Amino acid sequence: MTAASADKLAVEVWRGGATGRFQTFHVARSANQTVLDVVTNIQREQDATLAYRFACRVGMCGSCAMTVNGRPRWTCRTRVAAALASATALRLEPLRNFTVVRDLAVDMRAFFDKWQAAKGHFEPAAQPPDDFAIVPPTSSQRQAADAGIECIGCGICHSACDVVTWNPDYLGPAALNRAWTLVNDVRDQGNAARMDAVSAGSGCHLCHTHMNCTEFCPKGLAPTYAIAGLKRAMVARALGRAP
Amino acid sequence: MTAALFIAQRLSAAVLAFAVAVHLATIIYAARAGMTAADVLARTHGNKAFLILYLVFVVAVAVHAPIGLRNVLREWTAWRGHSLNVALAAFALLLLALGLRAAVAVFVA
Amino acid sequence: MMRASHRHPGFVAALLHRLSGLALAMFLPLHFLALGLALNGAAPLDAFLAVTRHPVVKAAEWGLVVALATHMTLGLRVLAIEFLPWRDRTAATVTSCLGAAFLVGLLLLLNGA
Repeated sequence: MTAASADKLAVEVWRGGATGRFQTFHVARSANQTVLDVVTNIQREQDATLAYRFACRVGMCGSCAMTVNGRPRWTCRTRVAAALASATALRLEPLRNFTVVRDLAVDMRAFFDKWQAAKGHFEPAAQPPDDFAIVPPTSSQRQAADAGIECIGCGICHSACDVVTWNPDYLGPAALNRAWTLVNDVRDQGNAARMDAVSAGSGCHLCHTHMNCTEFCPKGLAPTYAIAGLKRAMVARALGRAP
Repeated sequence: MTAALFIAQRLSAAVLAFAVAVHLATIIYAARAGMTAADVLARTHGNKAFLILYLVFVVAVAVHAPIGLRNVLREWTAWRGHSLNVALAAFALLLLALGLRAAVAVFVA
Repeated sequence: MMRASHRHPGFVAALLHRLSGLALAMFLPLHFLALGLALNGAAPLDAFLAVTRHPVVKAAEWGLVVALATHMTLGLRVLAIEFLPWRDRTAATVTSCLGAAFLVGLLLLLNGA
């Protein structure tokens, strides 16, 4: 990696698509700067052709996710000092396991297609129920759903997952985590199809508990345990009991 | 993997947890007592408890190892599909045949 | 050497579990063949076992026992995560698994393996 001088940070940025090269920029250091500050500076002050994504800037939308020095991170919530650790330069790449659109922007469609394939959407009954569902917040099912419900679909877990890298058909931690929240939603009526989807060839049983997803989720979620729940449900179903 | 293979893998793992614990304890015991091969065979000769343990052990291994190998090969090489399944089924049969032979061998030796 | 996104206990556990499993899978047919020699009486087995007194073979045997213990303890961790409502403190759990496996190895080493 190219060394930085005392007041300038060296930043190696991926340019291109699936093939391309790293281009080095130098950005003035400032106290508490985030990686988003750095990449925005490059695009606005040095090279307007750089493609990257952000929206809220405050860690709520997940749009700014990319690979920073080998780790999938939200750039708005990653301080340069923390990302660098003992490295001398910042290295910015698009998220692994996604098709690159250009530079640091990736195509999220396959990610959301897997969400649908895992039946990660609420399935209402054909007829509305007679009365409101009673869902005690302290019930074990609601607690299981609540543990995973804050996912905003940023794609970091999918990017971190080795099984997705090795087997691109694998539904992945985000889709399976969402499926688990719905399995635990007592109002949902779509569990038969959902369990079929997550028990199929590309389903939950492919997870090897590497726990990259849990390690890197910026919301502190633990897809590993959601997927474990799906595995138990899959086994119970196979042995003839209700999921 | 399919759901069925996953379940077989985990069930055989549970069986193996017990069998391997016994096996490791036996190995350490034998090493501690300075037993030779002849000493070990003297203990397993005609020993129905060990025979049953080893038969169960072999069947569990013949299920567990090929399924694990299948995952590794599918994920770390380009090999998948029908030919992989056939090869691993053959490996399972090999383990079963050699293993049962070994279990019987130490029983009759 | 290891990719930055892999430097955490869960991945190390999974990698060790996989590598130990591979080593054991490759070793098992040989193990069964060697034991099967007992069918022909003590002499062929003893002749074969003379080979195993070589220090490199003894070291490999020790390695395989440690591999077996490692594969078992890390496998028990996977079963606990998947089938018990257990949220592991990953670093501590993995360390305990590997510690137990090396304890087995140490016991074997100290007892004249």
